[in-house]
Amino acid sequence: MAMDAEEIERMIKAALPDARVTIEDLAGDGDHYSARIVSSAFKGKSRVQQHQMVYRALDGRMGNELHALALQTSAD
Amino acid sequence: MTQTPAHERIAKDVAENDVVLFMKGTPAAPQCGFSATVVQVLNHVGVGYKSVNVLESVELRQGIKEFSSWPTIPQLYVKGEFIGGCDIVREMFQTGELATVLKDKGVKSA
Repeated sequence: MAMDAEEIERMIKAALPDARVTIEDLAGDGDHYSARIVSSAFKGKSRVQQHQMVYRALDGRMGNELHALALQTSAD
Repeated sequence: MTQTPAHERIAKDVAENDVVLFMKGTPAAPQCGFSATVVQVLNHVGVGYKSVNVLESVELRQGIKEFSSWPTIPQLYVKGEFIGGCDIVREMFQTGELATVLKDKGVKSA
């Protein structure tokens, strides 16, 4: 029930190639992360849509292997 | 999306209540820190809301994720519209945007 930060970053970048991703392991348990993601793909999208794009990039891991990923997204 | 009884219940809840919070546990006894945060925000804003404990049933817990295309709980709905999860609600609270959304949608808060 855990994912490492590199795997999260890899999956996000696979879906959003220009993304700048900063991940922090909040509890040191590989299960609670925060991620700041900047990508031009977020332009013109609502926050809900931006987060949904990240969840889609994680392909079902979020809410399963990955319990907590606090997201902060922006277009620039 | 295939309609399930859980989806129908969710659709009814968000249609009949101005503000609905799908959460783990109850406002008095949240079972997850993220749910607790949203409860605190709503209490602080002083808005009345209906809470739904998704831990009551597996169908409901899975159903709300499908209904909103959102993989995590809590989830906040205002006037039938999905507002977001814990991060978004907290951010909107901090920027004052949440109060604006509630006001614009005609939801009374203290």
